[in-house]
Amino acid sequence: MGSAITVSGLRRSFGDKVVLDGLDLAVEEGTVFALLGPNGAGKTTVVRILSTLIRPDAGRVGVAGHDLARDPAGIRAAIGVTGQFSAVDDLLTGEENLLLMADLHRLARTDGRGRAAELLARFELTDAAGKLASTYSGGMRRRLDLAMTLVGRPKVIFLDEPTTGLDPRSRQTTWRIVRELVADGVTIFLTTQYLEEADELADRIAVLDHGAIVAVGTADELKRSIPGGHVRLRFADDAGLAAAKAIFVRGTDDAEALTLDIPGDGDVTTLRTVLDRLDGIQVTELSVHTPDLDDVFFALTKETVR
Amino acid sequence: MTYTATMVRRNVKHSLRNPSAMVMTIALPVVLLLLFVGVFGGALRLGVAPQGEYVNYLVAGILLMTVGYGSTTTAMAVNRDMTTGVINRFRTMAVPRSSLLAGHVLGSTARTVISVVLVVGVGLLLGFRPTADPLRWLALLGLIVLLTLALTWLGVAVGLAAKTAEGTSPFVFVVQVLPFLSSAFVPPDSMSGVVRWFALHEPFTPITDTLRSLMLDMPVDSGVAAVLWCVGLALAGYIAARALFSRDPSN
Repeated sequence: MGSAITVSGLRRSFGDKVVLDGLDLAVEEGTVFALLGPNGAGKTTVVRILSTLIRPDAGRVGVAGHDLARDPAGIRAAIGVTGQFSAVDDLLTGEENLLLMADLHRLARTDGRGRAAELLARFELTDAAGKLASTYSGGMRRRLDLAMTLVGRPKVIFLDEPTTGLDPRSRQTTWRIVRELVADGVTIFLTTQYLEEADELADRIAVLDHGAIVAVGTADELKRSIPGGHVRLRFADDAGLAAAKAIFVRGTDDAEALTLDIPGDGDVTTLRTVLDRLDGIQVTELSVHTPDLDDVFFALTKETVR
Repeated sequence: MTYTATMVRRNVKHSLRNPSAMVMTIALPVVLLLLFVGVFGGALRLGVAPQGEYVNYLVAGILLMTVGYGSTTTAMAVNRDMTTGVINRFRTMAVPRSSLLAGHVLGSTARTVISVVLVVGVGLLLGFRPTADPLRWLALLGLIVLLTLALTWLGVAVGLAAKTAEGTSPFVFVVQVLPFLSSAFVPPDSMSGVVRWFALHEPFTPITDTLRSLMLDMPVDSGVAAVLWCVGLALAGYIAARALFSRDPSN
């Protein structure tokens, strides 16, 4: 398996605002790569550069074996892009939008019709195929947009916040399609603000902050990389909580909920120690928390709340 | 060429589905013609039309307006493609970048030619009596196509540059008001001071004069100026449109 996307030393500024400050990343063929970051981190700028819409100030980019500087046309022929806003033609029907794409990919007429019908069915748009896209709901437009991207059977697909603002059903459809595409060997590069989405779909996740990658790995690797695991004890009354606080000085208490969080990764040894030290204080509930992607996200991008 | 043909087909479908654009390009000039002949014809006849009926003077001006309306429709259509992200979609595809714009321009030219034929037809019903020979009609068609290319490429550039549909309104104003400050409806000689000077020096005056002279079999004095203006405006519009199309969309 080779790399579908390679990026090294990518820089881009708008005026004197540095948006990308030496970005490096690599995406394996046939995998889903999620670029995670807060608003304004530069996610969309990365997608714009990789999809040939704008030029980088510096750095090397290769997509599907083509070099961005030397052969942008080669990249365009191999990719599909679905941006944050549905780029569908409102004055054409859903089917006509797909046939327009088929014509631009120079499919023969019958092949184009077959492909359009297949995609309409796959995206649950068959019933609306003959209606103008302007009459579609937000979710339908996004699905049509993604269907249009797939007409040319791209090898690498960029999805810029593909499910932002979607209803749960459309989101599930999008996720299902992404999984099917990857099963067919397509490489997916997606940006998202939803940790759940990255956790659900991505083989590898990179956290983008201040124009650089601050962490990269599988969801599990990222979760392990940061502190945030703890054992939570709930007490019957204030006295119990106060007594436990005196024992576990590193714990974080919540007087309202009568809970005390004790840092630790929750393995059996830790639990046994905790219980031994409690020594008769009544505990009504004990739970073990491992960090989730939310913890990762907030730990890594803590100072960037704008 | 295949790509351009696809884009032209898209444009034609848009025209058929967008009644307001059709009215704007095709019906409005006819309404304007009826209005001017019916309302102002009698009053203007004496001072304006040495050739006889006012309609003989007027048709050239209406043709100019027709082309102007067509170009504003194009400006808005291009702007819609820009703001809805359709242009960005095409830019990330292996599609020649000129084909989308060429589709708009050719579609607009076709609409305008249909509208021109309609205006001349209605003019004939209203008493318009052109005396041009086939060669002059051909020259007329050539100049109209050239003018359409000029104003439409400018319209495309404006559509690409404007952030919103409202942003195209200065262009709409220019192509719909400047004809009134030219020889389109009354001879500049009848205008006062500054307005006359402006009318004698703006591009629409030599262009309308040439259209009129061709149809009425009069000497074509301003033909060179008309063609030069059209070519100049077309080139300016084309160069601006190309630069705006490939510019960084985030700036």
